Amino acid sequence: MKKLLTAIIAAGIVALTASPVWSDGSDELVSNTGGVSSLRGLVEISDINKSEPMKRVPRDQQPIDRNYVQQPPLVPHTTRGYQVNLNANKCLSCHSFKNAGDMGATKISVTHFEARDGTTLSDVSPRRYFCLQCHVTQADAKPLVGNTFQPVDSLR
Amino acid sequence: MLNLLKRLWLVMKSPSSAAMGFILILGFTGGIIFWGGFNMGMEATNSEEFCAGCHAPIVKEIKETIHYSNRSGVRAICSDCHVPHNWTDKIVRKVQASKELVAFAMGTISTQEKFEERRGYLANREWHRMKENDSQECRNCHEFDFMDFSEQGARSVKQHSTALASGEKTCVDCHKGIAHQLPNMEGIEGW
Repeated sequence: MKKLLTAIIAAGIVALTASPVWSDGSDELVSNTGGVSSLRGLVEISDINKSEPMKRVPRDQQPIDRNYVQQPPLVPHTTRGYQVNLNANKCLSCHSFKNAGDMGATKISVTHFEARDGTTLSDVSPRRYFCLQCHVTQADAKPLVGNTFQPVDSLR
Repeated sequence: MLNLLKRLWLVMKSPSSAAMGFILILGFTGGIIFWGGFNMGMEATNSEEFCAGCHAPIVKEIKETIHYSNRSGVRAICSDCHVPHNWTDKIVRKVQASKELVAFAMGTISTQEKFEERRGYLANREWHRMKENDSQECRNCHEFDFMDFSEQGARSVKQHSTALASGEKTCVDCHKGIAHQLPNMEGIEGW
């Protein structure tokens, strides 16, 4: 037993004093990523990596098809400067039942009038008021990770 | 007192013994100083710093909007939208604005809370003014005749080529709150 312990400790000392495998031959520690590339790219944890350029949102495009049945429809236009707060809701100035006809915009769904307990209110329910929480603008960006999702036949 | 006035009148009436050239030079330099000074005064009351003296929170708000920061670096300051550019309208507005000094003295919007409470009133007054003059200040830069519809988004073209072109609507009818936070929009047309 004593011999085994001595052997383990000796092995440990050898392992610790030996130069690390990732040190590239020099004494300095050069990498702490283990050579693994993450979504951040192959960047040291201590380094600040270069940020991607901002993606541009197309000004106006055709309505975008849904990919699954209960997907909130995507916003096919820019929403820069749109105020959605206690005082005003820029989205509803076109998409509300009152204005959608005149503006030629898509009406919001009636489900947006439903409160949490299932009762239907006379106007947009507070929990559905902040449109951009679910409906988001789209930029032409490459997906970060691969995806093989296919919409069901009825949506294609 | 009456005697003094009479003597002054006599001096003003009787021809001067000074040389014509001297009088002319005096007139010209006097003119330059007074007119220049007047214009400088007008310019000073058009600056962002002057506006911020009372309307500080609202000057902060414009910094998030496209009229302050944009791709080409063109900037509109308060007076570009809120003071008419042509001379007569500008003077009229400046005289009206002298009334607003009373509000300053009374501290009508001296705190953020007071300002928020009055935002609706102030905004409505400005919308009304711009509706009345057919959004004159917008059009100083955004001239309808030079709009290229092929460069505009489909939604913009739709509105501009119909309601704006026919004169049925003016800029401010739709473009509210483009440089400020909006007040409570309940009951405002189109909201």
